[in-house]
Amino acid sequence: MTATDPLLVFDAVTRAYGEVLAVAGVSCAIQSGSFVALVGASGSGKSTLLKMVNTLVEPTGGAVLFGGEDVSTLPPARLRRRVGYVFQGIGLFPHMSVAENIAIGPRLTGEKLGGERITELLELVELEAGMASRMPDELSGGQRQRVGVARALAGGPELLLMDEPFGALDPLTRDALGTKVRELHERLGLTTVMVTHDMAEALLLADRVLVMDTGKLVADATPRELLAGEGGDIAQGLVAVPRQQAERLAALESLGETPR
Amino acid sequence: MGDIWEILPGLGDKLAAHVVLSASAIGLAMLIALPMAVWASRSPTVSRIALGLASLVQTIPALALLALFFPLLLSLRSVFGEGLPTLGFLPALMALTLYALLPILRNAVTAQANLDPGVLEAADGVGMTKWQKLTLVEAPLAAPFIMAGIRTASVWTIGAATLATTIGQPSLGDPIFAGLQTQNWALVLAGCLASAGLALAADNLLWVIEVGLAKRSRWMTFGGMAVVALGIGAALWAQGAGSDERRIVIASKQFSEQYILAKLIGSRLEAAGYAVEYRDGLGSAVVHSAVASSSIDISVDYTGTIWTNYLNRDDNPGREAMYETIREWEARENGVKVLGRLGFENAYAFAMRQDRAAELSVTSLTDLAAVAPQLTVGGDPEFFERPEWIAVRDAYGLRFAGNRNFAPTFMYNALQSGEADVISAYTSDGRIAADKLVVLEDPEGALPSYDAMLMLSPRIADDAGVIAALEPLIGAISVEAMREANLAVDREDEAKLTPRAAAAELADKVGL
Repeated sequence: MTATDPLLVFDAVTRAYGEVLAVAGVSCAIQSGSFVALVGASGSGKSTLLKMVNTLVEPTGGAVLFGGEDVSTLPPARLRRRVGYVFQGIGLFPHMSVAENIAIGPRLTGEKLGGERITELLELVELEAGMASRMPDELSGGQRQRVGVARALAGGPELLLMDEPFGALDPLTRDALGTKVRELHERLGLTTVMVTHDMAEALLLADRVLVMDTGKLVADATPRELLAGEGGDIAQGLVAVPRQQAERLAALESLGETPR
Repeated sequence: MGDIWEILPGLGDKLAAHVVLSASAIGLAMLIALPMAVWASRSPTVSRIALGLASLVQTIPALALLALFFPLLLSLRSVFGEGLPTLGFLPALMALTLYALLPILRNAVTAQANLDPGVLEAADGVGMTKWQKLTLVEAPLAAPFIMAGIRTASVWTIGAATLATTIGQPSLGDPIFAGLQTQNWALVLAGCLASAGLALAADNLLWVIEVGLAKRSRWMTFGGMAVVALGIGAALWAQGAGSDERRIVIASKQFSEQYILAKLIGSRLEAAGYAVEYRDGLGSAVVHSAVASSSIDISVDYTGTIWTNYLNRDDNPGREAMYETIREWEARENGVKVLGRLGFENAYAFAMRQDRAAELSVTSLTDLAAVAPQLTVGGDPEFFERPEWIAVRDAYGLRFAGNRNFAPTFMYNALQSGEADVISAYTSDGRIAADKLVVLEDPEGALPSYDAMLMLSPRIADDAGVIAALEPLIGAISVEAMREANLAVDREDEAKLTPRAAAAELADKVGL
């Protein structure tokens, strides 16, 4: 595999639930080192597409290639240890301490993470070393998701998947954590795919935005291209929301009243 | 009721047996229910079937479930050979295990169904294999709920284990059943108190483990487990220590005469230097097979019972012929030695109040037949279905104005109050003498004899010491002496005796 080969390839991937096509033939390639946002309304198939990468969902047609290999041929447990995954519901194990949660991936392969490495991972997500012995229910939502990110990074993954990672967080925490993840992406040289329904978040964090609608990929563009009006109607419909919000805020600032 | 405090310390061996039985049943139920719960959590069909079957078992009364294992194991002997025990620990363990399944299974299945799906997805997402997911996530998260199920199962099992007495397994049910029969309420209370105390102790200990698991406190979890293990270990040790040499086990069925005779036999063997053990309150059907298989060594059985129930005969060749046939049959078929007859009968007989009998000038069943159409006959609940009744009815052409069923105690009251004119009494019953009843003669010999016989299991059939100690009992006990002893135990006034005291008095009376 050379530097220019894509790390992740979707090859005409479909996923049907009975009669319903959740993912209806998606093809695209994601280069190593890129930060891709997968945007769409609820039910557009974006989460299903993401879960097919680490085989939490199996495709009913087509294939997903990771590093040139069809993921369905790889042992699931081993594949998932090479792919960091941040869950929408955070999914920390409530009966394990922060340190045990972070160390779980390596522990599954028989590797023990030392205290230093835990501290280092906690520092990466801006948590204090003293947090290591806390239980998940003693943490705030934001702290929990930081632990979730640290857990996803613990095994030194090649690929980081995030499924609505900041969905349950308050706006301040959400912004701070988003920025942090982008920074870690740069620093650790990760390839990141993030599912979100928030176009503003996608535009601000990603360097490539894929837009899904009813199971199909309807736009594939850079944030700059989207802001310039490219990518089609559906993508522009999503871009219009934060843009209008920004305009109304700007108007509010200059006029001192809410425009209707 | 101060007696309770004197009885309780003597229940140590019953307590040990109770603990070992209950713990084994719960342990076995866990071994079955937990893997089944894992399977059920992966297949709704298995879940439905497993929970359905476990619930079905719960609807069977515990007493019936215990009794059902006797014929089941008996039929399994054709597969596993004659060595398969049909009484005692094995059937009790199997029945109680079935009984303990439901709460453990239901809690385990419910716990797994209620696990946070997000957490389960995370387990897959971080790359756990199915086994790792089960051991690292599902099991620890479900553990407190499973423990709650085990607690429920333990309390049920410890309670139901008292019923194991009826199938020949020693337990804290021994004093309860013995006390109920002889109306010794201190004995009943002592048994109840001990088993309730054990259930409470187990419940609290397991609660500590449950809380320990929920709060992830190793100290509580392992502390609780250590105390439970210690308790079971002590019970096992106590049981093992007691059984260095095999004792002679004496059975009694569930009526006073049997308790008295068991104590009489036991005291003679003890005087001869044997260690004895009593298996009190056994179901009547269980005793014969238990002696035949040597799980019990000595019993007192009755010729008529063996004749109809085991030889399946309904003819009446006469008292002596019946006895000789049984004696020969027992030796040949079961290796059981019939040492001899004690000298009295506990037969069915028809009894009337003296004044009433005089008024109607009835002294025999022949006389009775003439006046029967004006009279009401009372019998115990099974009497009018028994071959004895049918034989008598047909032999004398008895046609009564009415048949009424009474519990044995009330049968005598009914005779006094005039609700029945004649009843089916038991000839050795103390109340015949106490109520001054007339026992009607049976000139046709229609009622089979019920000579009390001393039965020895194959294991001790040739033990000269045992035979020497018991031989003096043969032919020694008259029906009058037995009636008096029975009355002493059955009566409710201050002259009431324990079976042991009545046995001692009986021994004095007959010159032993």
